[in-house]
Amino acid sequence: MANLKDIRNRIASVRSTQQITKAMKMVSAAKFRRAEEAILQNRPYSDKMLEVLSSLALRTEEEAHPLLERRDPRRVCLIVFTSDRGLCGSFNASVLRSAERFLREKGAEYEAVPLYLVGKKAVDYFRRRDAEIIGQKTELFGKVTYGEAQTIARDVIERYTNREIDLVYMVYNEFRSALSQQVVFDRLLPVEPMPVDPETSTTEYIYEPSEEYMLNWVLPRYVEVRMFRALLESTASEHGARMTAMDSATNNATEMIARLTLKYNRARQEAITTELMDIVNGVEAMR
Amino acid sequence: MAQQRFRLEVVTPQRLLVSDEVDEITAPGIEGEFGVLPGHTPFLTALGVGELMYRIGGEEHFLALRHGFAEVQHEKVTVLAEEAEFPSEIDLSRAEAEKAEAEAELQRLSHESREYAEAQAKLERAVNRIQVASRHLR
Repeated sequence: MANLKDIRNRIASVRSTQQITKAMKMVSAAKFRRAEEAILQNRPYSDKMLEVLSSLALRTEEEAHPLLERRDPRRVCLIVFTSDRGLCGSFNASVLRSAERFLREKGAEYEAVPLYLVGKKAVDYFRRRDAEIIGQKTELFGKVTYGEAQTIARDVIERYTNREIDLVYMVYNEFRSALSQQVVFDRLLPVEPMPVDPETSTTEYIYEPSEEYMLNWVLPRYVEVRMFRALLESTASEHGARMTAMDSATNNATEMIARLTLKYNRARQEAITTELMDIVNGVEAMR
Repeated sequence: MAQQRFRLEVVTPQRLLVSDEVDEITAPGIEGEFGVLPGHTPFLTALGVGELMYRIGGEEHFLALRHGFAEVQHEKVTVLAEEAEFPSEIDLSRAEAEKAEAEAELQRLSHESREYAEAQAKLERAVNRIQVASRHLR
């Protein structure tokens, strides 16, 4: 028979855990809304950027800029986006699994697959493994700023133009809805312009100072924006995933408390019955 | 006043600042300030550091702008700025502090270093923010 006091303590402990998960869920919900808002605010900028970039690229040669140039990929860089903190369901695990699979399946095709890690979880995971890490960035998911994205993007661009890496992919959780995220692979470099139908791209612009100047200006910015976008998506996904995880944790706790309460009452009843039996027996014996 | 207006949108990576029908704008192009009235020839230009003015009726609005580009179309002008702020959002004392900091760095650094150019950009930005803020703060 389980000790009554033990069960009582256990119920109290589950209840206080439940309070924490409930609070975390609420906090994540608020952060999630903010992150979602940030994505929506960013969308007009990145959409317009791609549009302008594509119409610029259409008018220039592929070799016009190193960031457009395709090279024979020998060293392929993988940028892995995870979170700094845990307790967010399969959020980190699914990104890390995808990255790991890429290393295993495609690793042999290239000379090397250096990693650029974003978030503590990725750093913890790959540090213990045999992987080449060329850069890492942690402790930024509290609030993602454009400046952070810029720093990472510039670092990656520099390595790319130095021919240290020939192809860059980003792997991150893309935000679908509060409940669902999906791991996506996105090519960051070389930049791939959107195919533009020359018929529909209506306006012939006058470029000032020149097309080359504009292209030189826009391309790195576009990479920064893509980086920023991936960070935003990843952040929104993280909070969404944590919200869902904490919600089910709270529900599980409720269930557990119900089960324990039942057990507690049963044990209590059993104790009373035993006591009663003792008394009855005692009375019988005295007769 | 049945005047023809055109749409102005100002966006940064962080947010959409302006989406309005306006009568006129002037913007800090990289090769000098330019003005746009309805029906302007389409063009695309890089923007420097400076002040963007847009007029709706008799009312003039201002923004402190730092780098970006403007796409001018017949009925619409889109400004993509790396950074843009309304004068009311600028913290003057902080901008002054940044200016002082940048000036100190310029004193210290050699002229060829990369940091020197960065400090110069920082100074330029701070000065612009101070100008825009103090000129238009009501």
